[in-house]
Amino acid sequence: MLHAQMGYLSLAVIVAAVTVMGSAILVLNRLIGPRRSSPVKQATFECGSDPIGSAHQRFSVKFYLVAIFFIVFDIESVFMYPWAGLFRELLVEPGFGVVTVVEMFVFVGILAAGLAYVWRRGALDWE
Amino acid sequence: MPLTGNVILDLVLWTVIKFAAFVLVFVMGTATVLTWLERKYSAVIQNRIGPNRANLGSLRLGGLLHMLADPIKMLTKEDFSPDTANPWMFRLAPLVAFVPAMVVFAVIPFGPGEHMMIANTELGILFIFAIASLNVYGSVMGAWASNNKWSLMGGLRISAQMVSYEVAIGLTLCGVFMIYGSTDLQEIVVAQGTTLGGVVPAWGIFTQPVAFVLYLTCAIAENKRAPFDVAEAESELTAGYWTEYSAMGFAVLALAEFVEIVLIGCVGATLFLGGWQIPGVHGSTPGLMAVQVAAFLLKTLFVIWLQLTIRWTLPRFRYDQVMRLGWRILLPAALVNLLVTGVALLWVDRN
Repeated sequence: MLHAQMGYLSLAVIVAAVTVMGSAILVLNRLIGPRRSSPVKQATFECGSDPIGSAHQRFSVKFYLVAIFFIVFDIESVFMYPWAGLFRELLVEPGFGVVTVVEMFVFVGILAAGLAYVWRRGALDWE
Repeated sequence: MPLTGNVILDLVLWTVIKFAAFVLVFVMGTATVLTWLERKYSAVIQNRIGPNRANLGSLRLGGLLHMLADPIKMLTKEDFSPDTANPWMFRLAPLVAFVPAMVVFAVIPFGPGEHMMIANTELGILFIFAIASLNVYGSVMGAWASNNKWSLMGGLRISAQMVSYEVAIGLTLCGVFMIYGSTDLQEIVVAQGTTLGGVVPAWGIFTQPVAFVLYLTCAIAENKRAPFDVAEAESELTAGYWTEYSAMGFAVLALAEFVEIVLIGCVGATLFLGGWQIPGVHGSTPGLMAVQVAAFLLKTLFVIWLQLTIRWTLPRFRYDQVMRLGWRILLPAALVNLLVTGVALLWVDRN
């Protein structure tokens, strides 16, 4: 019987191996590759003209909104995993069958209500 | 079993062997072949000749040698970064994209039994969700660190697009967990060994056909490939988030994308195509296990082929269309799929 902790040890080995592999080829490239710099080459690409200002600027608030929706909806969907894994066991449990499904309808209903709300408020419109 | 020095040594040894066989040979091998296949297959679809220049003397193999020539060329090119870029973040970004994509394969069951996966942690699909989505940090870091306006726009698009489809893909797979009663990948594969009514194998694609379509759509969108490749849309953003990358930095970012194609294939085969199960074949002799591992790899290749075909036959969506599809069509569709699955299971299990 494998212990879960042994699984984590395997994971640690894999993470280390992959990190070393990835870094190795990047470092090797740095050692092998040529190195010739010129002011024009070291500039960022802006279709051939000199770069105007920095690219670290403010951007549309839409992207923040999407990130916030993601947090809300993703946490709600994470709550569903344990329940989804146990669903069929609960269905045949005496006194649980219909209740399990109704509970799901309530939970998905709340999720859907949230989605309908942001949809109605126009937060999902791009333009 | 106590964790003595010998047990740990044994475990590390087996981990390295399985990692070499499955991840290095199969996953990396497939990803490398994909760099050639993608160009050749697109050429076939578009009625072109495709790559055929790389050669060893008179040996050309239909351009197959390009997959050897490319890494050599990338390795000997200048590892360039712009003066105004943030040097540490710029160099770290390819690694941050590459490591999560490779690590996730540790929990994929490629054969029957508890030993036929690299790390048996009981985390299963949750580990895949948690680690695979770290990938977005790599792309966004690279985009921001480049200090290039095209990169910035590409990075913003990726961040919003990937998190949007993450929600839909999570809810989609809940339907699969409901049917097979587990979030453990090996248990899900074992549960797919039965049949529906004695005829059709109880694979995810037959019990959850809608979920399969939703999964493939969301997965391709998360891997930012056409028709959802707005993050690097050449006609709009030069090359998007990797405009400033060259040589190995670019190669590692691109490799992460190809590795993720294989990952989508593995997870798709595991959840929807019965993993290593072969219909009507049961038993546990070593020869049979080898055939089952081969079956799993073949199913993975099938899902990869599906992705390539979708990639080269559909035109790119506009960005607003991508976001609309994610939030207004796929997410509600995943919710409806959950409700239908719940009611159907209630009906089936009650009778």
